[in-house]
Amino acid sequence: MITFDGVSKVFPDGTVAVDDLHLELPTGKITVFVGPSGCGKTTSLRMINRMVEPTSGEILIDGVPVTTQDEALLRRGIGYVIQHAGLFPHRTIVENIGTVQRLTGVGRKAARATAIDLLRRVGLSESLADKYPVQLSGGQQQRVGVARALAADPPVMLMDEPFSAVDPIVREGLQAEFLRLQAELGKTIAFVTHDIDEAIKLGDMVAVFREGGHLAQFGSPQELLEKPANDFVADFVGRDRGFRSLSFDSADELVIDSVASVSTGGEILVLDDAGRPVGWAGPGLGDTSAPIPHGGTFTRGDSLRLVTDLAISSPVGIAVQVDVDGAAVGVIRHTSLVRQLDERRRRRAEPTA
Amino acid sequence: MIDYVIANENVILAALSQHIMLALVPIVLGALIALPIGFLAVRYGWLYHPLLNVSGLLYSIPSLALFLIIPGIIGTKILSPINIIVALTVYTVALLVRVVADGLRSVDGIVTQAASAMGYRRIRRFFEVELPIALPVMLAGLRVATVANISLVSVGALIGVGGLGALFTRGLQLRYLDPIIVGIVLSVLLAVLCDLVIVLVQRRLTPWTRVKGRS
Amino acid sequence: MIVRLATDTPYLLDPENWTDSAVTSIPELIGTHLLYTALALVIAAAIAIPVGLFIGHTGRLAFVAINAGNVGRSLPTLGLISFLVVLIGGGLFPALIALVILAIPPILTSTYAGLRAVDPAAVDAARGMGMRELQTVFTVEVPMALPLMMSGLRNAALQVVATATVAAYVGLGGLGRLLVDGLALNQYDRVVAGAVLVAALAILIDLLAELLQRVVVSPGVSGRAVTRRARVAHPSPLTEVSSGTAA
Repeated sequence: MITFDGVSKVFPDGTVAVDDLHLELPTGKITVFVGPSGCGKTTSLRMINRMVEPTSGEILIDGVPVTTQDEALLRRGIGYVIQHAGLFPHRTIVENIGTVQRLTGVGRKAARATAIDLLRRVGLSESLADKYPVQLSGGQQQRVGVARALAADPPVMLMDEPFSAVDPIVREGLQAEFLRLQAELGKTIAFVTHDIDEAIKLGDMVAVFREGGHLAQFGSPQELLEKPANDFVADFVGRDRGFRSLSFDSADELVIDSVASVSTGGEILVLDDAGRPVGWAGPGLGDTSAPIPHGGTFTRGDSLRLVTDLAISSPVGIAVQVDVDGAAVGVIRHTSLVRQLDERRRRRAEPTA
Repeated sequence: MIDYVIANENVILAALSQHIMLALVPIVLGALIALPIGFLAVRYGWLYHPLLNVSGLLYSIPSLALFLIIPGIIGTKILSPINIIVALTVYTVALLVRVVADGLRSVDGIVTQAASAMGYRRIRRFFEVELPIALPVMLAGLRVATVANISLVSVGALIGVGGLGALFTRGLQLRYLDPIIVGIVLSVLLAVLCDLVIVLVQRRLTPWTRVKGRS
Repeated sequence: MIVRLATDTPYLLDPENWTDSAVTSIPELIGTHLLYTALALVIAAAIAIPVGLFIGHTGRLAFVAINAGNVGRSLPTLGLISFLVVLIGGGLFPALIALVILAIPPILTSTYAGLRAVDPAAVDAARGMGMRELQTVFTVEVPMALPLMMSGLRNAALQVVATATVAAYVGLGGLGRLLVDGLALNQYDRVVAGAVLVAALAILIDLLAELLQRVVVSPGVSGRAVTRRARVAHPSPLTEVSSGTAA
């Protein structure tokens, strides 16, 4: 656990970067620091490995104040990943990954073996081992940056906007890979981003910072979306937070109608021989031999957000549920969905009302 | 010192004016020659590296050697001021070709494409878009060349034509520091002054480099 | 005054001048020239590199490094040599001091510029991974600054070769002797021999320095590793030309 105990940072020019921060980052979880630029999130992160020293207050890792440890030794025990990766251009990929191991006295061969193993773990080909950073794409460099931070197997990782310099598609791949790795490794991670969507996607816990180094809210992503502490958080989280918060609830509780019920509206759900939906036909929709595509289906375990999206975007306003084999098992009309969402809201509001 | 200056006012002024002439004529000639060559080096990419290599080699030849090789090549008298002017022009060209080429290459391709898309023809685009954008780099190179030329001129004194360098050889012969100090001070002052003039010209010509960017 | 080429074998090609028996044999002059050059360069580097590293790493006293280049470039070499000779007296010492003084600025400025040009993210990463300051300087910053540092050394070497030639006027040995003595004796072929040899020596040193640079600079920094990705942008062209050579 990483504890911020009344930590403040005032820079020599008088700027208050962090103001009396109290925060606990749970062990083995990802805690995301998010906020607009200049809110003190990066400064807070960099105080954990003493790249920045607090003006007052104390940071403890598992109860031990970081200031009691030698700077360099402390940092060797904490993984550090930054934007643009910060790879050493004059060293090959394996040399880059092996940096901390070599610093701690591990032999060249052993460091190389670990590095090659890590290269695979972060989803890169072994053939990149002896290349130089300039020969890699931005996304590949960022993966190497993660591998380099993991090399000494530190229990704590600090990640400062690690994925913000790559294009959105590559970023999604990196995020998915990162979550997969974390499920395997269970590190205690502090992760800085300015992107609220990334925070909600990756964070077990999210700390929202606002200008002047104040902590605006600390909670799970769902709490942030459903119960923003103030206007700043609500605004920062964004306009469609109601819709996005649906992604945390399963659609399994919805009352689903039978497939046969669709015919009441005149639409025809065309199925193939195995009972899998092919598309919609009917008046104004096309012939049963050439139905228009249904646009997607949902199955058990999917989120309310997906079902809502399917119902809204469906050409007939109906979302189709399928079983594991892809056969249609039920449907839900958007009218029914809205009614059920409304009931859900009332149910949730009752205890507090 | 003051006595020396007063007593030799005419000698010093003559040396100074010769120094200015020997240093600045090559700058003007060199810039005029380097501009089209640098442009060609960018326009025809395959010329870039050969031209730069030749420039580099020419620039590495020590000045006294170049002062003395040139009469053998162009047939001037060994003590002619033309040798100094040609040699310093060679250095200026060698330095500026690279600077001009690199300056032009530093112009963002998106900008030139945008200019073309708006209907600029090549020549006009060069003078109104590429040249102004490359100007800060070119003028910085010009500063280096000017200051270097001013200090190089005095080496010419060893072959009898060296502007303020004459004060150095005289001081050596007489074992007398005053002319040497006067020569050094005037030479450095001249360099600083010319440098300053180019900086002011640059400020005037490229006002956009002085405004602070918002980022 | 017109100086005619000697009628018989030109000085440069006369075997007599290449043998040890000659009073000033060409190999000996080359050797002396190289010796002075190396000596001045080593002393200058021993002073300028540590200072440049300190300034570049800490950012303190930056004006010294920035202005050293300008001062060095505007100082007339012949003036400096004359000044030192008259001040200190004859012999090797004043000329050697002049060579060292003129070699320091290009090395100092380029070491500083090289360190300043290092990607701050790499330095941040180095510290963040637990490198100590000196480790950061020598294993991260210096290797990345090496291209600029090398070009500074190269410029300094050329500056010294050229200045050593001029210093023959105050009695320093080396190839400058041929130029100065040839001029004094009206032997143009001797002058030409000296000029050609000095030029050749300078060019050779330049090429050797380039070769050395290729050997010591990591392919990941020099851009030679780049085959399929776009070539990395070269450091600012100005920092490379900023230390004029010819003297």
